[in-house]
Amino acid sequence: MIVADRKSLEEILDMVKEYNNILIVGCKGCVTVCNVGGEKEVEVLASALRIARKKEEHEIAIDTTVIERQCDNEYVAQLKESVGNYDAVLSMACGVGPQFLSEAYREQKFYPAVNTTFFGGAVTHGIWEERCAGCGTCIIHDFDGLCPVARCAKSLLHGPCGGSSKGRCEISKETICIWDSIVSKKIEQGRLNDLLGVRPVKDWRTARDGGPRRSIREELTL
Amino acid sequence: MRLSYPSEIKVIQVPCTGRVDIIHLLNAIENGADGVYVAGCLEGECHFLTGNIKTRKKVDYVKRVLKEIGIEPERVEMYNLSSAMGVRFAEIAREMTEKITALGPTPVKRRSKESKSAKKAPVKERDAA
Repeated sequence: MIVADRKSLEEILDMVKEYNNILIVGCKGCVTVCNVGGEKEVEVLASALRIARKKEEHEIAIDTTVIERQCDNEYVAQLKESVGNYDAVLSMACGVGPQFLSEAYREQKFYPAVNTTFFGGAVTHGIWEERCAGCGTCIIHDFDGLCPVARCAKSLLHGPCGGSSKGRCEISKETICIWDSIVSKKIEQGRLNDLLGVRPVKDWRTARDGGPRRSIREELTL
Repeated sequence: MRLSYPSEIKVIQVPCTGRVDIIHLLNAIENGADGVYVAGCLEGECHFLTGNIKTRKKVDYVKRVLKEIGIEPERVEMYNLSSAMGVRFAEIAREMTEKITALGPTPVKRRSKESKSAKKAPVKERDAA
């Protein structure tokens, strides 16, 4: 899923400081699963903003709603009747959401209430970790299902660097050296020789290097 | 025991403090409560195992939110006591009331026109166990 963190209240309050009537839109997709922009979080943010503005004697009216997915025009269209009733709209979806909203409703102002961080999953309750860099050409089968592009600080494809120590990466004690894990797994399975092959240079044009990406599936187009 | 505790306290019973959510505490503050505290079972003695421990984290979250918006985080607290500790219950009620009295009225209530009809404070969430 796409993982995000809520922006600081200070930053969000600054975004909406000129407005007296706003809508907060949550998303039932990834940000609900990572507990940052679902129904609960939308209500908590609304309450926190109201408290802050009451304290400043500059009250703000806030309505809230949560749509199925903000990355789908079909659901974005559900806001058609209401979106014009507000001074501005705060989106609690990943970075995709406020862009779909902005494209659909050109006359309205949209602000992101979260920072979109990475593609990952929950390793335990309340802790999410990055697993995918969205590079566009998946090669994890060569590394026993572990991705050195996303999980090596240098995205090295040919083994660990000198910063690997006792299974950890030099950038932080919490970060495992994914190359240590890849090599350990290969040794356990008796397939270390797999890593000796010369692999072609990775095509980074499918990553961000090739500019904004697009995926077309003819069988689904109208 | 016929113990008395300050009449400002409004008790809201819940089946377990684990039922208390962040939004409940924020709503109390938003609606003009000067303070709100959660009285859960002793740690390690939750009938549902970790309800009180989880809620302590929610209370800490609300404290961080209040701090971020410039309101004293001490207005929200979590206490642990068993249902057999009546004396401690009254003591906590007095302790919290004294603390909130010292802090003064909530800046939210004080400055809000709407909150004039707000409920008496502090509001208290307590499990019925």
